[in-house]
Amino acid sequence: LGVSRGLPCAQGPLSPPSSPPTVTSEQIEHLHRRFKQLSRDQLTIRKENFDSIPDLEFNPIRGKIVHAFFDKRNLRQESDGLADEINFEDFLTIMSYFRPIEMNMDEEQLDRFRKEKLKFLFHMYDSDHDGKITLQEYRNVVEELLSGNPHLEKESVRSIADGAMMEAASICVGQMGPDQVYEGITFEDFLKMWQGIDIETKMHVRFLNMETIAHCY
Amino acid sequence: GERSSGSPINSSHSQSFAIVSFKWEHVKDPYVITLWILVASLAKIVFHLSHKVTRVVPESALLIVLGLLLGGIVWAADHIASFTLTPDLFFFYLLPPIVLDAGYFMPNRLFFGNLGSILLYAVIGTVWNAATTGLSLYGVYQTGIMGKLNTGLLEFLLFGSLIAAVDPVAVLAVFEEVHVNEVLFIIVFGESLLNDAVTVVLYNVFESFVTIGPENVTGIECVKGIVSFFVVSVGGTLVGIFFAFLLSLVSRFTKHVRIIEPGFVFIISYLSYLTAEMLSLSAILAITFCGICCQKYVKANISEQSSTTVRYTMKMMASGAETIIFMFLGISAVDPNIWTWNTAFILLTLVFISVYRVIGVVLQTWILNHYRMVQLEIIDQVVMSYGGLRGAVAFALVVLLDGHKVGEKNLFVSTTIIVVFFTVIFQGLTIKPLVQWLKVKKTEHREPKLNEKLHGRAFDHILSAIEDISGQIGHNYLRDKWSNFDRKFLSKVLMRRSAQKSRDQILNVFHELNLKDAISYVAEGERRGSLAFIRSPSTDNMVNVDFSTPRPSTVESSVSYLLREKAGPVCLDMQALEQRRKSIRDTEDTVAHHTLQQYLYKPRQEHKHLYSRHEIMHSEDEKQDKEIFHRTMRKRLESFKSTKLGINHSKKLNKIHKRDRGQKRRNSNVIPNGKIPSENPVQDFTLKEKDLEFSESEENNDYETFHLGKGVDFLANVTKQNFTDTPTGIDNPVFSTDDDQSVYMKFSPWLSSEDTVVPSQRARVSIPYSPNNFRRLTPFRLSNKSIDSFQLADGPEDRPRSFLPESTHM
Repeated sequence: LGVSRGLPCAQGPLSPPSSPPTVTSEQIEHLHRRFKQLSRDQLTIRKENFDSIPDLEFNPIRGKIVHAFFDKRNLRQESDGLADEINFEDFLTIMSYFRPIEMNMDEEQLDRFRKEKLKFLFHMYDSDHDGKITLQEYRNVVEELLSGNPHLEKESVRSIADGAMMEAASICVGQMGPDQVYEGITFEDFLKMWQGIDIETKMHVRFLNMETIAHCY
Repeated sequence: GERSSGSPINSSHSQSFAIVSFKWEHVKDPYVITLWILVASLAKIVFHLSHKVTRVVPESALLIVLGLLLGGIVWAADHIASFTLTPDLFFFYLLPPIVLDAGYFMPNRLFFGNLGSILLYAVIGTVWNAATTGLSLYGVYQTGIMGKLNTGLLEFLLFGSLIAAVDPVAVLAVFEEVHVNEVLFIIVFGESLLNDAVTVVLYNVFESFVTIGPENVTGIECVKGIVSFFVVSVGGTLVGIFFAFLLSLVSRFTKHVRIIEPGFVFIISYLSYLTAEMLSLSAILAITFCGICCQKYVKANISEQSSTTVRYTMKMMASGAETIIFMFLGISAVDPNIWTWNTAFILLTLVFISVYRVIGVVLQTWILNHYRMVQLEIIDQVVMSYGGLRGAVAFALVVLLDGHKVGEKNLFVSTTIIVVFFTVIFQGLTIKPLVQWLKVKKTEHREPKLNEKLHGRAFDHILSAIEDISGQIGHNYLRDKWSNFDRKFLSKVLMRRSAQKSRDQILNVFHELNLKDAISYVAEGERRGSLAFIRSPSTDNMVNVDFSTPRPSTVESSVSYLLREKAGPVCLDMQALEQRRKSIRDTEDTVAHHTLQQYLYKPRQEHKHLYSRHEIMHSEDEKQDKEIFHRTMRKRLESFKSTKLGINHSKKLNKIHKRDRGQKRRNSNVIPNGKIPSENPVQDFTLKEKDLEFSESEENNDYETFHLGKGVDFLANVTKQNFTDTPTGIDNPVFSTDDDQSVYMKFSPWLSSEDTVVPSQRARVSIPYSPNNFRRLTPFRLSNKSIDSFQLADGPEDRPRSFLPESTHM
């Protein structure tokens, strides 16, 4: 992989070429260590490897998150579908979706940055890869999201998803005619829904104090 | 005994017995206090008469000026400064409500998210301010500019420590009007709250040093001071957390004493303040953390009404206390006895506190920005420096000084007053233009969106998962662990069982949205001047006395006929909505009422004649909220689906019909629904009677309300029993197309049903058919169908068949 201690690959060959390099060598080193830990010193990670992370177990949308790591759309491969295994570069690509915002980004970069993050999210919701979040898909997500609350009845959960969907429809389409059909949230609609909410400051993880590594198993 | 006013004085001057006597001395103190409060409150009214003034000048500044004026008047009349802001008054009665309010409504997530920065500013920043100000003043004093003062280094440090702390009251008063972005606000405000421990310790340490004399200060004493800082701050926090736990626990069991429920919140948190004070710990920290920690559980536990009461009472007390503080600050300044002028000292103090504040903020921010995710930019730093307002805490502390030990107490007091006035009035006045000029990011108030909440929740999980996967312990990791712990243990202990279920932020937003829908729906109807549009002769718009029971149908025409003569004023009283409508069109009103009944579940009823100290009568159901959700939601979904799926085929209806039946049977306990055929004349009759009784009770009869419950129960029993062996049916093929299409288009779909009901002429005319009349809540398509049909409808096979509206009865 070419990433190991001391090898200076700081200037981010691993982050997508379009975006500025933000993952530093230190962080890459850390992530690589972590990668090896997860893959048990293999070159690739398979889905099962994620089972060894104990804290992930309680995450209600764990399946969707792990899935996202193997989603080829997120890995910037032209093809669609699911990868069986990912290598370290893929791993880093996924991680790079969670880079924090940079001070020196200009408007255009920010916009692209934002879109990338949203795309990741969108793919997570759009589980059948048809470019639309349908009601059923949305319901599934909401159901998983709220599965942490054992008291919430299924019916409530469903109504919430329905309500959210209607809200989305009203945002994106506005008044619908009686015979109009809203099939699902497209990515454009998705962007519309996020207008005004600065996702940049929300969807990021600090890859800094990497020394505090939580141990697997 | 007697009233001292009102009747002319016809008392004899005999010594034996005075019918009327004037007892000013007797009531003087409470009377004067009440008058002051009244004056302050009236002043607030006056201020807000002119928007121009309050937009430019912060209220706190106005109040100080008012206090100065009033103090001047009193002084001119009396020549004594009768009322001043005494430390006791301030610390025991005025400060706690403000801090409690701050803690109880603290945006916890924001607060803990920025806790690191807040702590740094609060601890290091305050120590820095105190030390530099004190030392610099001492240094300048050594040069001799200030002339001869009866003080030493320790006194200067003591003064520095009391003037160093940013004041929560002043900061809150000014920043609330400025609306800077929430991160900036929480940092400045959090700092002002948490620096109390530092202030208290520094103040106590230096005061005791002054007392024992500089020659006796040893290293050990200093170490003791540092230790005492940890004890005071951690101790205060722990006291707060303990009382928060206690309060949450108590609020779990107050179901039967609803009236005093809000009282517990105030009493127990005040106890935390007093306890911390008694143990000489940081009282502000105690009550702050009491509020912060208990808010989640208390809000979940207490009833909606109590929650409103708590909210309003707390805001009222806090805002009242704030008003009094600033006014009294003004009044206290009018007292020639405390004024000692020393230009150099006063000016230099002003300069030093401002300059060192700026330096401190810049240095600390520079350090922080290495660790912060969202950087604090230069503009933020300017606002933070400028927002370092000093206030009543400093004043109370300086007044508390012992004049015998601190030689220049009066100078300190004068300087403090000047500093407070300067920061509150001058900086308060200029901060708004400054913020505008610098284009500081401001908060925008947005309506809560369901999608936003959902995505927010998803974010939390994603981020913590990414942290898990990348193997690090960050904010998200900790938050995730905490919320797990909270859900598994704390909530189980501290929350009512019912609250555990319904308490979910997403659910809350959902609830709010639904309420808004319902309200706007009614408002829209009223705007049109008539509520006839929601009238429908179909079964579902009938009185739904209790939604948990199934209803027989097919009586509507007769019922509405009867109701026509019996309708009365409708009163709908919900928190945000108070509407009263009297109309000549009785029928419409009645129907409207029933619809409200249905959609808003149970409007509170009027209580006219009954008085009870211990109870406010309302028959509230815990499930109410949730049921409203489901009901409105299903309505919304229906129309949504209708737009989505378009047209269905009635031919298939029967099939589904049968399929559904089985399902419904199974679910009948949960979601009883379906129409009951008209072969039950007896029941129909009962129903009519009950309906009548119900509508009457609304009108004037408190008595009736009591009996309503029984009637409903009875009804429920009968219908339930009946229900189990009646086949349920779809009587409203709303979207069935073929032949009936035209009819449906002409009249609202919900008007047409398979059974015998024929819409009245009036209804035909007045009901708009379009489902998109309202933004969110499309008009009701009511019919009897369980939601199960939706599940079916969503199935992959034979999708088009069904959009089947479901039952309105749960």
